[in-house]
Amino acid sequence: MVKIDGIAIHGYGGYVPRYRIKAEEIGRIWGVSSSELPVREKAVAGIDEDAATMAVEAARIALRRAGIDPRRIGAIHVGSESKPYAVKPMGTIVAEAIGANPSKLAADLEFACKAGTEAILSILGLIQGGQIEYGLAIGADTAQGRPGDALEYTAASGAAAFLLGRMSDDAVAVIEAWSGYVTDTPDFWRRSFDRYPVHAARFTGAPAYFKHILGAVNSLLESDGYSTSDVDYFVFHQPNVKFPLTVAKILKIDRGKLAPGLLADKIGNTYSACSLLGLVSVLDQAQPDQRILLASYGSGAGSDALIIRVLDGILEKRDLAPKLREFIEDKIYIDYSTYLRLRKEILKG
Amino acid sequence: MRAPSYWRRMPFLYRLSGWRCDHCGAFHYSKPIVCRRCRSRRFSEAELPRSGKLIAYTVVRSPPREFSEFSPYAIGLIELDDGTRILSQLTDFQEDELREGMRVEAVFRRVRVNGEQGIIEYGYKFRPALRGG
Amino acid sequence: MGRVFVAGAGFTKVAEHWDKSLEQLMAEAAVKAVDGAGISSVNSIYVGNALSEFLQEQSNLGAIIAEESGLVGAPAFRVEAAEASGAAALYAGFCEVASGMADAVLVVGGEKLSDGLAEEVSSGLMMGGRAWYEGFIGAEFYSLNALLYKLYARRFGDEGIPMFPVISHEHADGVSHAQYPFKLSLEKVLSSPFLAEPLRRLEVSGIGDGAAAVILVGEDLAAKLKSPKAQLYVSAATDYLSPFEREDPLRFQSVALAVSQVLDRAGVDRGEISFIELHDATSIMAALCLESSGFSPPGNAGKLAMKGEFELSGSLPCNTFGGLKARGHPLGATAIYQVAESYLQLTERAGRNQLDSPRAGLALSIGGVGAEAYASLLKRA
Repeated sequence: MVKIDGIAIHGYGGYVPRYRIKAEEIGRIWGVSSSELPVREKAVAGIDEDAATMAVEAARIALRRAGIDPRRIGAIHVGSESKPYAVKPMGTIVAEAIGANPSKLAADLEFACKAGTEAILSILGLIQGGQIEYGLAIGADTAQGRPGDALEYTAASGAAAFLLGRMSDDAVAVIEAWSGYVTDTPDFWRRSFDRYPVHAARFTGAPAYFKHILGAVNSLLESDGYSTSDVDYFVFHQPNVKFPLTVAKILKIDRGKLAPGLLADKIGNTYSACSLLGLVSVLDQAQPDQRILLASYGSGAGSDALIIRVLDGILEKRDLAPKLREFIEDKIYIDYSTYLRLRKEILKG
Repeated sequence: MRAPSYWRRMPFLYRLSGWRCDHCGAFHYSKPIVCRRCRSRRFSEAELPRSGKLIAYTVVRSPPREFSEFSPYAIGLIELDDGTRILSQLTDFQEDELREGMRVEAVFRRVRVNGEQGIIEYGYKFRPALRGG
Repeated sequence: MGRVFVAGAGFTKVAEHWDKSLEQLMAEAAVKAVDGAGISSVNSIYVGNALSEFLQEQSNLGAIIAEESGLVGAPAFRVEAAEASGAAALYAGFCEVASGMADAVLVVGGEKLSDGLAEEVSSGLMMGGRAWYEGFIGAEFYSLNALLYKLYARRFGDEGIPMFPVISHEHADGVSHAQYPFKLSLEKVLSSPFLAEPLRRLEVSGIGDGAAAVILVGEDLAAKLKSPKAQLYVSAATDYLSPFEREDPLRFQSVALAVSQVLDRAGVDRGEISFIELHDATSIMAALCLESSGFSPPGNAGKLAMKGEFELSGSLPCNTFGGLKARGHPLGATAIYQVAESYLQLTERAGRNQLDSPRAGLALSIGGVGAEAYASLLKRA
């Protein structure tokens, strides 16, 4: 575990597109019964959306809360596994859209679903090192689900953004500690020119998701660290509803501490934004002095676990922008053929 | 659009950022040589407000070729909160949701894509304002 | 300034001319006009065309048309003003004659829209708006007209606006050079599908090819030529490109200015205008033309149309050979068709469509959605 000193979240924002497809609608096409479905419904990006557009929406909300001049943002890091360009960073597009250009740094990161927390960590390091004053860390994805595959029910779209900087009186929350746990574990991957990822089925469970999340979390909970009773909210990466609940069971955590950050059933797995949107949802309701433990998971594989403590500043800043719940509840249901069109599986002309 | 032309327009297309005439207040989409209303020559950078109300809209059903994959799509005439009128595509609405007079807000979207190899042209569109947003 | 006369005209049928190129169509019209005027050479050539670089990948039309028309050596200029390119070419040609620099000028307009797909023609029309504004968002020509139509309906009601295509078709019935030489009922117009609501497919002009030419001569040469003549006056004006940035989107200031000025120059008042060739690219534009130029009170054009005022037998015949909707609208050629048809009216050669002793006729040509307007007036010589 690494103790972090004086790095705070000044603004945060989450975005989920309007469109939803029910898992049972996907199941209808492939002849899969409702009892076997991993989530109830998932969020689908509109035809004119991509990871960059969603990253901008989340960033704009974070900036509304932070209330700082965007020109003070020195770096924008975006984590994604659905970059609109293979070469051309989303970071520069986001920077231009929020009026932060020319910035000092902008880069995209990839580590499957943990790229968003990777962005948080790299921005944190740049602030600690004194290279930048403020930095924006974003996780954004329009996840690709192979038709007929198990992951099609959950691969979803969303983005979350965090504006970080040195601690101040009006900060929203402070990052107290972090641990990371990374190995070379090929549980899920996507080759360069392939459209859809491939996963190794049951291998993605114990040796992958659970091993790494527990590895990172336990490092925070060891002898000179935190105990589960110090933490009010737990947010785990949620590729489905079952996995994070199983982590809770293993760690003997009260399910009630997970509920506010558990969104998979309603929006699916938003990949690089996944655990971060859970964090956004918690910040939308947490009280000053409450603690949050966030653990992401990225296939390939690794986990970042963070302890975040909410500060007084949240009370004023929270209401300056829409809460995530408004995006989650503002939905338009689509059928499978519309889903194919929006995901560009079928193209006109 | 070719990359250099598009790049020149990014501030307006991304952020509704342009220039106001210091003398008569007329908004210009890019830095003018001379005010197109009053011929004055002094300007200040200004960003248009990102919300307003929908004055009128129509749905394009016979699109130009650059937009055929997106059709049908809606074009709206919007009066922004400072009185400026702007044309924009409308997005993220259901059939029966559009109403003249409704509140709308600017979002950042893919507007045009130049095939598999060309640049992605991002820009503004307007969507029905979030309840309470 | 000297007086300018139309001394000859020629035009092709408006149709999908698969077997003829743009330059062939223009040469055909040009040669007919030159022969009709009874001359063998001209001092210059003005070519009106809007989209040749885009649809035919061809520039340098001035020199090409000079060559194709057997007039190599004459100075030649291509003039562009979106859908009003022909009128702009006419204006430029007029100036050369009026200034005394030329005795005889050929003005020829042509367009070959069928070389493109409908979506490409739509892109081409959209180029009349700003590429990074209307063009960027796909606010194509019909959508802008549709928004104006909605604003109009809200202010005045839209009764009678769909009558304009009906009237145009009535007049094109049996006209040999018209693209659609048949009647069209109001019911058919109202049941055609929307292009952009509330604008329907049968309320807008179609896609066709055509070329039209006129010979403009100065006073001295006019006196020597045996062909029939009519005297020409021209005027033009611009306005802000986007109708929604103007003081009143429903008033085409460019049309108002151009028409007032041409009436002034010709010493004619509105009551003396015997007919108008309107720019009915869309039904709503036809109405706005009439209202902006003061020939109808605002909000009344549709009602007057319903009463029959604009029919050949009415108080102000419009589109005497079918206008843009029924005779056709090959962009750069259109204004020249309007002037050629006006010339036929004023020289008593309009056949079945002949008006009774017309004294003066007005042709209105508009570029973009009122970004520019040209008013060409012909008076009995």
